[in-house]
Amino acid sequence: MPDSAIQFRSVSYRLENGRELLHDLNLEVRRSETLVLLGRSGSGKTTTLKLINHLLAPSTGEVRVEGRSTREWDVIRLRRMIGYVIQDVGLFPHFTVARNIGLVPQIENWPPDRIQQRVEELLEHVGLDHSLGERYPRELSGGQRQRVGVARALAADPPLLLMDEPFGALDPITRAELQREFLALQGRLHKTVVFVTHDLREALLLGTRIALMEDGRLISVNTPQEFVDSTEPMVAAYVAAFGTPEIRKRANP
Amino acid sequence: MNIWQFMLHNHTEVLELTLEHLWLVGASTFFAVLIGIPLGILITRWPVLNKPVLGTANIIQTIPSLALFGFLLPAPWIGARADRLAILALTLYALLPLIRNTYTGIKGVDRAVIEAGRGMGMTDRQLLWQVELPLALSVIIAGVRVGVVISIGLATIAAAIGAGGLGEYIFRGLAMVNDQVILAGAIPAAALAILADVSLGWLEKRLTPH
Ligand SMILES: Nc1ncnc2c1ncn2[C@@H]1O[C@H](COP(=O)(O)OP(=O)(O)OP(=O)(O)O)[C@@H](O)[C@H]1O
Ligand SMILES: [Mg+2]
Repeated sequence: MPDSAIQFRSVSYRLENGRELLHDLNLEVRRSETLVLLGRSGSGKTTTLKLINHLLAPSTGEVRVEGRSTREWDVIRLRRMIGYVIQDVGLFPHFTVARNIGLVPQIENWPPDRIQQRVEELLEHVGLDHSLGERYPRELSGGQRQRVGVARALAADPPLLLMDEPFGALDPITRAELQREFLALQGRLHKTVVFVTHDLREALLLGTRIALMEDGRLISVNTPQEFVDSTEPMVAAYVAAFGTPEIRKRANP
Repeated sequence: MNIWQFMLHNHTEVLELTLEHLWLVGASTFFAVLIGIPLGILITRWPVLNKPVLGTANIIQTIPSLALFGFLLPAPWIGARADRLAILALTLYALLPLIRNTYTGIKGVDRAVIEAGRGMGMTDRQLLWQVELPLALSVIIAGVRVGVVISIGLATIAAAIGAGGLGEYIFRGLAMVNDQVILAGAIPAAALAILADVSLGWLEKRLTPH
């Protein structure tokens, strides 16, 4: 097995009208790491994620997952081994929480009692009470919904996980709580995670490496420590925007 | 004799014509659903077909009903019996609301939800049956409701070609210049339309996802 789970090789993505959203992206995601895609709104983070599970196809270059180009993968099989937490959560409004979480096991034809058991387990994993399983997404708070989104992505125990601002739009306390839970979970599960955020603090806390994107380009890939020490102008600007002294403290706890 | 006494007196005939009417409406709605929903789904998958399909259904709706009955008269098998002819014509009229509502219902499903389903590896078929159709159902039912109400009204004209239904009374009353006979057809037809509208409206509301 190759050491890298995902590779972008000279990937560009253009819209039909010719506008280029991603420019010559070269990036490697190592097995069991949490690679954070960091960048401002509109820098191309979500587009990059969607190229991994082939919701989008590269215009040029190729994306390789487990050594095979996404063009060659059976797209359904590819997606079922990649958990996906989308930016807008996207829970199915007509399914209960339990059915939302159990969706991939269901379409993978697991027996019902095994699905139920798995759902219970996942509710616990993400810190939700069992009784919430019977509710509908509209009966949950925003934070609970995001937890369900994470649980749903983990359901069939996929080796890869794409998380698109999974803790966005939450109050700082809940956010910190979910971040802690993510770290604990990742400490046990060791998934290969691509995690999107525009919050540098979150990136430093959760990432083994941080890929900074700007305007459809990859600027640099750094460990958290390298990131705060970097003299690269765009990296330094990002650090400065979050308040340099405070950020340095975070990287050296 | 007032209208109610007239209807009571002729209650077997009123009932018979009502049942005929319901048969015309029921059968045509059945076929319209059977054809319209798949066509509506089809044009969400093949956007190039969107304009021709909706355009054709639109044009059919603008054809005056008597003229449409006339156009269909030479059709083999269909033209041989008046009720077949009427059912075909009513089916054609009911297609537009069904195709259009199926299409807009599916297109109206939250993109994030579709994206999530796709990203989790649902096949197109799973997405359609488990996500898109259930979430579009109330809009589709609204289309059925419009189709049924249109059909109940138009079916009265089917009597002109001898297909029966409550239109019999209306045409007979017109020929006899007898308001009571006209009303004996018009009142039950209106009652059916209101009943269908209210009950399907209730169903539509119940199925609306929150
Ligand atoms: N289907 C599309 N049609 C047109 N423009 C698009 C489309 N998808 C994305 N874009 C544009 O591509 C750019 C990158 O979008 P992307 O969603 O990848 O950004 P992002 O980094 O995820 O931003 P955010 O942090 O706001 O989610 C943006 O300028 C966006 O407007
Ligand atoms: Mg995004």
